Amino acid sequence: MFPKPIENRSRGAQIGYQALLPLALIFWLLPLIAVALFSIKPDADFTNGNYWGLPSSFEMFTNYGKVFFESDMPRYMINSFLITVPTVLGAIALSSMTGFALGVYKFNGNLLIFFMFIAGNFVPFQILMVPVRDLTVNLNLYDTKTGLILFHIAFQTGFCTLFMRNFIRQLPYELIEAARVEGVAEWRIFWFVVLPLMKPALAALAVLIFTFIWNDYFWAVVLTQGPDAQPVTAGITSFNSQFRAAYHLMSAGSIVAALPPVLMFFLMQKHFIAGLTLGAVK
Amino acid sequence: MNRTLKASVLGVAALGLMSTSALALEGTLRIISDMSNPAPRAVMEGLAAEFDEMHPDLTVELEIVDREAWKTQIRNALSANPPDVVNWYAANRMLPYVNAGLFMDVSDLWDEPEFAALASTEGAMTIDGKQWGVPYTYYQWGVYYREDIFNELGLSEPATWEEELANCQAILDSGRKCYTIGTKFLWTAGGWFDYINSRTNGYDFHIALARGEVEWTDPRVRQTFENWRQLIDMGAFIDDHQTYSWQEALPFILEGEATAYLMGNFAVAAMRDGGLDDSMLDFYQFPVINPNVDFAEDAPTDTFHIASGAQNVEAAKEFLRFVTSPDVQTRINGGDALGQLPVNANSSVADDEFIQQGFEMLSNNAGGGIMQFFDRDFPAEMASVGMEGLQEFMVFPDNLDDILERLEDARQRIYE
Amino acid sequence: MATVTASSGDATGARRGWYKRNEIALTPWLFLIPGILFFAVYVIIPIFQSVWISFHEWDGLGTMEWVGTANYERLLTDDRKFDVSFWNNVRWLFLYLLAIPAGLFIALFLNQTVFGIRLYKSLFFFPFVISQVVVGLVFSWFYLPREGLLNALLAVFGMGPVNILGDPNLATYGIIAAGLWPQTAYCMILYLTGLNAVDPEQVEAARLDGAKGWKMLWYVILPQLKPATFIAFVVTIIGALRSFDLISVMTNGGPFGSTRVLSFYMFEESLSEFGFRMGYGAAIAVVLFFLMLFFIAYFLYSMWRDEKGAR
Repeated sequence: MFPKPIENRSRGAQIGYQALLPLALIFWLLPLIAVALFSIKPDADFTNGNYWGLPSSFEMFTNYGKVFFESDMPRYMINSFLITVPTVLGAIALSSMTGFALGVYKFNGNLLIFFMFIAGNFVPFQILMVPVRDLTVNLNLYDTKTGLILFHIAFQTGFCTLFMRNFIRQLPYELIEAARVEGVAEWRIFWFVVLPLMKPALAALAVLIFTFIWNDYFWAVVLTQGPDAQPVTAGITSFNSQFRAAYHLMSAGSIVAALPPVLMFFLMQKHFIAGLTLGAVK
Repeated sequence: MNRTLKASVLGVAALGLMSTSALALEGTLRIISDMSNPAPRAVMEGLAAEFDEMHPDLTVELEIVDREAWKTQIRNALSANPPDVVNWYAANRMLPYVNAGLFMDVSDLWDEPEFAALASTEGAMTIDGKQWGVPYTYYQWGVYYREDIFNELGLSEPATWEEELANCQAILDSGRKCYTIGTKFLWTAGGWFDYINSRTNGYDFHIALARGEVEWTDPRVRQTFENWRQLIDMGAFIDDHQTYSWQEALPFILEGEATAYLMGNFAVAAMRDGGLDDSMLDFYQFPVINPNVDFAEDAPTDTFHIASGAQNVEAAKEFLRFVTSPDVQTRINGGDALGQLPVNANSSVADDEFIQQGFEMLSNNAGGGIMQFFDRDFPAEMASVGMEGLQEFMVFPDNLDDILERLEDARQRIYE
Repeated sequence: MATVTASSGDATGARRGWYKRNEIALTPWLFLIPGILFFAVYVIIPIFQSVWISFHEWDGLGTMEWVGTANYERLLTDDRKFDVSFWNNVRWLFLYLLAIPAGLFIALFLNQTVFGIRLYKSLFFFPFVISQVVVGLVFSWFYLPREGLLNALLAVFGMGPVNILGDPNLATYGIIAAGLWPQTAYCMILYLTGLNAVDPEQVEAARLDGAKGWKMLWYVILPQLKPATFIAFVVTIIGALRSFDLISVMTNGGPFGSTRVLSFYMFEESLSEFGFRMGYGAAIAVVLFFLMLFFIAYFLYSMWRDEKGAR
């Protein structure tokens, strides 16, 4: 273990460390705490210049009520879910297949295809922007959730394939060979042998992709506009223009927009972190 | 003669069409509006709801998008999956969309007799002899100031540049700033340039510059910046204005840290919301700088257009007739709605201190001419490069030479 | 009739047999087809299309007009916005890498077993989960010249107010700092996992040899963290070159265009109000792509080396 475990140190050092932890955390999350504080303050505090003092009254329900009942925010949130969930399912479905193919079989071009997926995954979005926008327009999918979903699935397949393939590589290959010896068809091996073993990988990917897609802003701006199809990351700008300079409402709106991935992260923390590290580090 | 005849024949035909189509409108009418500030938003939502109710078989789908964001989204919106009706601006600002074939020619509407009442705005809607949209409102620009603070300091509305400077000095001495402004989205700086340039060099020069006929390095342009610089060097503007939007700059005047705001009349609603009543807020016309040139005023016209790819053209045209009709014009421009000026000559101007003053000023005291506004008189690309330069000038006036050279480079590239 | 039926039956049988015989060779391709198809249509082919478009003048609607290398010539010789964007990208690349040592530092700080440490770790990781749009908003309020917490704090120490996002010399650094916040959290998690895998026996052995502090870190721990560092490096570089959301939200490229980077400038040119300059935008994207290609090639090369070793 490194550094030296704190329990092997002096009592003073232990207490000091325990005290330092919350302080460091507060410092680290300061900008966020500020926004949380803003979001429960009344309007009057801002006109009176009371930015950083205690709120003169707690307006949590008023402020958050406005976000939910007097703006398009709920629509944007629903859009975000309707975009994110199908993307997660689609990307996982595609990549468990590609991952299986690349991880289990030896054939010419295996590595080449694998590298194609990885390289594509790292490409700057901008080089795809013009043609993808054009394609989406031509398919009559501009400003639809479907258009956004299709692209996201395709792009995330790159990352997911990398992840799945490396995960499948770590599975005991003997299982597959044993199944083959018994004459099990290949697709049944995939379905009945490999897929059940991939559950942790599926869960990890699901959380990861959920956060990635939920937080996407660039493609939302390029492929959609307005509250019909736009997810919450893009919608928040229009929310902010409605309440420009009303920091308490803008803060409340931002917190609402950030909440789902945060909840997802806390609920599925183990998978999330496993996903982040396992996918890339072999 | 011929044209009048043709117009009236067409008008009759259109009238006939109207009475039948009023019943027959069906399907959906998709509107994208940029009226995202609270007061205009309410107006637009009201209009859509009312129009929807008037036509039982028609569903009106209204999408309101952020006004600043719309400026970069409109082309996208018009070229891919276009709606039926959109908001935009008159004059040069609509040229790129007309040239790209994205706006529909609505000359037939303008040939209807009812549209004679909109004649004063026809020029701003005309490109190549055709009309490409209809106006729904226009509004004066000018200096909105804190009357109570002026009274406290014993100041009166300035008529000349010298008085303006003297007033400003007195205000600065009292520990306040003279003007609030938020230049984050650049266009507010364009207002200052419009006024100082047109007051210094006259309307014709200003428009020639907008048309690319004058070099940005011309000594007359430099004179404009020199005048402007007097205020900047005094510290007349609030600090850090490049960080604020125009709304975020409002608290300065609301709280009396700055005393005046060069703005369009749409700001009045926001200032009243912020607690300024009519005894605290007043308005004056931008003062004379060069006595040899007549007043030119910024009075931008906001518009509705039909996308060339509109699906429901009949309903869209009917909506355009609806928003320009005298009655609707009177209502939506009222003091409790947009608080601006109606474009229809048969509408009544709201009984509101600021709207009345603006109407009076534009009718009788704008002999130089009416400007649409920096970002509408200049071609869009020139405006975008130009306003970035104006913002830089307001923060670093010493960079002027570099800025003007850059603008001149842009001019030579853009107008060729 | 009968013979036909028979022969067709034979054919199916033969086909089934043929498939059965080649099952191992065919299956991977069947599994790959949907993924490859999607990926090709939306990722691989568009790259080549972009390169093609970059040699044209095109407004996205009408016909494309071949202009050869004119876009690149203007870009590289006579475009101040491009220069500003390019150098800002270089700043992003270098400063963003600070997330790696910062992440390592926090990881080392948190790598203890005390009560509640798991919660601390996840709260420290928190910024990474939030969208960049919200991070951008949060930081732009944090930086506000009058109302912002930063200046309130500076005032406590008697330092004058700074308007970070309004100052063309500081704005880019202000945005990078905002970007470092989630990125550091990311690197921290990578290192925390890496530290779990550090071999305790080696550490103990080194300790007996008298190694501690920096020496221990440098000679014993860091070599074992190499895979984590490698990934941190790759994701940070990519993050730096992809920076778009923060700039768009925090300054929109301003003040006076001083915070543009290539990705933002490309977006601006291609979808601007005054006309879609798809060709010019594509040329900017191609330059960005080649910058990135350098790192992609490096990443692929090291993966390839590992693969070789694995077999």
